[in-house]
Amino acid sequence: MSATQFPAETPDGAGTTDAAPETAPAAQAPAEDAVLFRAQAGDHQAFSLLYARHKRRIYSLCLRMVGNTAEAEDLTQEAFLQLHRKIATFRGDSAFSTWLHRLTINVVLMQLRRKGLQLVSLDEAMEPGPDDGPGRSFGAPDPTLSGSINRLTLERAVADLPAGYRLIFILHDIEGYEHNEIAAMLDCSIGNSKSQLHKARLRLREILRLRVQQEVQS
Amino acid sequence: MSGDPRTMTCDQFQAQLPELIGSGVDLSSDPHLAGCALCSALLADIEAIAEAARQLLPAIEPPDELWEQIESAILQEEDTPASY
Repeated sequence: MSATQFPAETPDGAGTTDAAPETAPAAQAPAEDAVLFRAQAGDHQAFSLLYARHKRRIYSLCLRMVGNTAEAEDLTQEAFLQLHRKIATFRGDSAFSTWLHRLTINVVLMQLRRKGLQLVSLDEAMEPGPDDGPGRSFGAPDPTLSGSINRLTLERAVADLPAGYRLIFILHDIEGYEHNEIAAMLDCSIGNSKSQLHKARLRLREILRLRVQQEVQS
Repeated sequence: MSGDPRTMTCDQFQAQLPELIGSGVDLSSDPHLAGCALCSALLADIEAIAEAARQLLPAIEPPDELWEQIESAILQEEDTPASY
């Protein structure tokens, strides 16, 4: 990359049509391939456009995974720094957004491992423990959650999950990765990924049911 | 998987759920679910949670200052001999 100065304006999407592709019509924005090609050639303005296009998705991913804005900002910065270092190696084997997304997940996983988080308990038994079930009751079951989950309540409940459960839930249920992909990322078995996801959903269920009960009581 | 679904207890059924759900098996006609309101409610909740999660959008905007920090860090790296 050359040491050319970046454009003076902050690529926040305000006042431009090509800096906010997540909302702007595609016809008004430069094609992703063209911007990418320029960024790979060292064009800083093109890189700033890539940032503007992908910042929300990358920051949202980081924030959900770590649940802390300061840490999410650090991780977003690290992800884009790594992107800047590696962008010339992108060969188009997958969509650029997929490649950047995966790069970001690796940045977050590295940070979580650095902090000593055991991402997935590898010696975990596949049978649910006594605390993992839905709770036994006799007579009529409680009303289901259907209809009482909105975006805000789910976001808050996800933030309250233990880090390992949160990670699996985000990767599978929010980001759409398959169990085999998650198993490869976390270096665990596919069965373990399924088991951990199930436990994460059960924990979320308990959190959400508790919130619904609290709302009813108040 | 083991166990006759017609005689399965809730514990046995729920022990199999992670694999059943993860494998994408259609549980709508599962014999245990047909006669068990507790496990049916559990599955309905899990499906509602997974469906709601799919609707979450990456709509959280980072602070404007973040780009300035990234830009500054990139320029600093470019002024420094590569070590990566």
